[in-house]
Amino acid sequence: MPISKSVGARIKRREDPRLIQGLAHYVDDIHLPGTLHVAILRSPHAHARIEKINVEAARRHPGVVAVVTGRGLQDRIGLIPCAANFPGMKTPPHRILALDKVCFVGEPVVAVVAEDPYIARDAVDLIEVDYDPLPAVASGEEALRRGAPVIHDDQGKDNVAFTWEIAGGDVERALREADRVVKHRFVQQRLAPIALETRGVLAQYLPGEDQLTVWSSTQIPHLLRTQLAVMLRVAENRVRVIAPEVGGGFGSKLNVYAEEGLVAHLAIWLKRPVKWIEGRRENILHTIHGRDQAGEVEMAVQNDGTITGIRYTVTADVGAYYQLLTPAIPTLTGLMLCGCYKIQNVAMKLTGAFTNKMATDAYRGAGRPEATYLIERMLDIVADELNMDPVELRRKNFIAPSEFPYTTGTAVVYDSGDYTAALDKALSIAGYQALREEQARLRAQGRYLGIGVSTYVEICGMGPSKAMPAGGWESGAVRVDPTGKVTVLTGVSPHGQGQETTFAQIVADGLGVDIDDVRVMHGDTDAVQYGIGTFGSRATAVGGTAMVLAMQKVKEKVVRIAAHLLEGNPQDIVLEDGKYFVRGNPTKALTLADISLAAHVANNLPPDTDPGLAETHFFEPSNFTYPFGTHVAVVEVDADTGEVEVKRYVAVDDCGQVINPMIVEGQIHGGIAQGLGQALYEEVVYDENGQMLTGSLMDYALPKAHNFPKFELASTVTPTPVNPLGVKGVGEAGTIGSTPAVVNAVVDALEPFGVRHIDMPLRPEKVWRLMRKKPRRS
Amino acid sequence: MKIEVTINGERHSHDVEPRLLLVHYLRDVVGLTGTHVGCETSLCGACTVLLDGAAVKSCTLLAVQADGREITTIEGLAKDGQLHPIQEGFWERHGLQCGYCTPGMILAAHQLLQRNPNPTEADIRHGIEGNLCRCTGYQHIVEAVQYAAEKMRK
Repeated sequence: MPISKSVGARIKRREDPRLIQGLAHYVDDIHLPGTLHVAILRSPHAHARIEKINVEAARRHPGVVAVVTGRGLQDRIGLIPCAANFPGMKTPPHRILALDKVCFVGEPVVAVVAEDPYIARDAVDLIEVDYDPLPAVASGEEALRRGAPVIHDDQGKDNVAFTWEIAGGDVERALREADRVVKHRFVQQRLAPIALETRGVLAQYLPGEDQLTVWSSTQIPHLLRTQLAVMLRVAENRVRVIAPEVGGGFGSKLNVYAEEGLVAHLAIWLKRPVKWIEGRRENILHTIHGRDQAGEVEMAVQNDGTITGIRYTVTADVGAYYQLLTPAIPTLTGLMLCGCYKIQNVAMKLTGAFTNKMATDAYRGAGRPEATYLIERMLDIVADELNMDPVELRRKNFIAPSEFPYTTGTAVVYDSGDYTAALDKALSIAGYQALREEQARLRAQGRYLGIGVSTYVEICGMGPSKAMPAGGWESGAVRVDPTGKVTVLTGVSPHGQGQETTFAQIVADGLGVDIDDVRVMHGDTDAVQYGIGTFGSRATAVGGTAMVLAMQKVKEKVVRIAAHLLEGNPQDIVLEDGKYFVRGNPTKALTLADISLAAHVANNLPPDTDPGLAETHFFEPSNFTYPFGTHVAVVEVDADTGEVEVKRYVAVDDCGQVINPMIVEGQIHGGIAQGLGQALYEEVVYDENGQMLTGSLMDYALPKAHNFPKFELASTVTPTPVNPLGVKGVGEAGTIGSTPAVVNAVVDALEPFGVRHIDMPLRPEKVWRLMRKKPRRS
Repeated sequence: MKIEVTINGERHSHDVEPRLLLVHYLRDVVGLTGTHVGCETSLCGACTVLLDGAAVKSCTLLAVQADGREITTIEGLAKDGQLHPIQEGFWERHGLQCGYCTPGMILAAHQLLQRNPNPTEADIRHGIEGNLCRCTGYQHIVEAVQYAAEKMRK
């Protein structure tokens, strides 16, 4: 292992040895003696009044310790929080357990606590609930129709949850004066995040110490701690939240859920450890969903291909209640509506609609995949109308490299970019012209090849606090032990992204220690003072920067002490291969361990120097970051079955500077897989009565290994000026770029059948029907 | 019911409820928590273990069905502090992110390589289709298995 220059290298992950040997501890792997187990009775109805609940038989069941209903819990625990707030927004009370009525299938109604999880489930079956079913509404657009059943009739006469608008320039005028206005309606289906580890909570209360410890599979341990203190009405300094090993999140664990409050409360009340582990069916019913927008895009276009305006009128189906960020997610679509293009006239009118479904919230990309999908689909539709190559239309409207920082029509400031460079590279790797020739050749044989291009820009590194509902800064601390071992404490909460490795790489280089001597700690609110968490591709851009700034303070002190001990000037101290020495005199050198020991023994320090060697930094970013890239999908559609085969997939992504290319590739691969999943397979389906039809992995189609070709990756590097690392973030790029690339490719393949658009997912049956028409000769 | 099971070479005997799932027996009774539960319906493969050498999904087997048989879990794969070549492949090729599917994925790959020591990329992609991963997009998993196959052939 090189002692320095690890930044930029393919360093193997420090997290892996425990994970590949089954030695890591996810929530359910933590066993405390005397733990009680919770099972939850959930609503089988989308919308119903609760007439009567009879829990007597459950309560009498041997091994059952407690049975709690909404009525019993009502005065003991607060509501589930939502951090977003707009003027005029309706906020129906969101209780831990339903009180008088249920509003979606899966809503928690009764909780059973028992000595054993099997007994708890048995007892749930003994509970009798009399429901009076009410008419339900299961689509956002239906919910807004006159006469639709009103879900929260105490909040008003309709299902409008909120409205929100963003506008820049003069879109009315652009549409009026355009050579043509191209319109299209798009439905972006509801998705389930499906982290492989479902949610889970374990809580323990020690009355003597007055200490509540909550282990939760969460992306935001500190925000959860604050919210639990408020919900449970306990002092925040008595609450410790630990995010242990977390098995994926994708935004679904960027939340505060009923079960987290419930289990913590039960642990305090019963004075025994209490555990709840979510089943997969519960996970699909009651962990947040993503996307679910339906609306119309109007694009103002000149005949030469110049796009002068875009307007999006959309209904976001938010479900029955808000979770932490529900209303904020579709607003991100508005911010990114202009994509990579110089479109200064823009408007979005958003209506959030209550439905009898689970809440939507942040799912990988969170509002930005929706924007990219709309604009990248529209570019292809417009190109088709103008009889232009879709690639040329993109080039014509790109923001040029010289125009950065670029203020969009939606008033966000893109930091840096070179969209043409990424596009050129992707087309060259794909062999775009050759692909077009092959397409023509195969079409003559009755085979349908499609080529889809998507050029995306996304908003990452979340973000400046003024633009965030609950803080956008991050904390980092660097501590050096007397023996020279380094501990990093970060406020981000990685759950697969590998910051135990990448952060250690940065510190190993910066302080001149072996990477194995750096330990990165996260996810424990007793260890890390405060932090915001991992989401919005922010961990390295914001959390990494906080850590670097803390490290620089440590370094400055290290250099000062080294200069004192070596009898030189601080400005003459150099660090090479783990040795600190006065320039020109490498034989008389000190290691970090020598200097740290001196800092802790503290009997020979420079004047005005405090003992110890530890620093903390709270970093507030000045802007978001804007990664970008080009994805090219090559698909073949089988005319007999409608099946789509992704034959090639080329992705050129620019996430700024790269700390560890291996980890970056992994992030992009996973993102592409989820984006392809949305395009081709995945959909949460409720029937018209609000009944869940995709409640298991048998029905909710998660992509498998054989669904994909080998992804061909390349990159360009355009550093951001927003942080000293120059990193932009990469967690969501793959998901954002890939979905439209695949749909564009399939629509391109079906061009001979006169297909202009297909709503996702592009399941074989849907595609096959469109191919029943006789192909026109090309 | 009384059962006797050999797990990772060690004999265990316990009195268990007939309805106890094998995965819960391994995790909660024996204390080997490396085997994970991802769906409870045999669809995700996170709970994959080897039962008499064959990859099975322990969330849909009963503990009593393992009576008198031999089980290998992820904890039993490394020998004398030496990682198994498949574990090594996952580490070398970044075949995991959150790590939750990894134990099951490694044991599914184990069976695949027992049956086919020289698999093509397509063989690997089909061989692990009973195991879901939400993080990696599978590409680095495929490379990890290729790495292991090459090492195991030597």
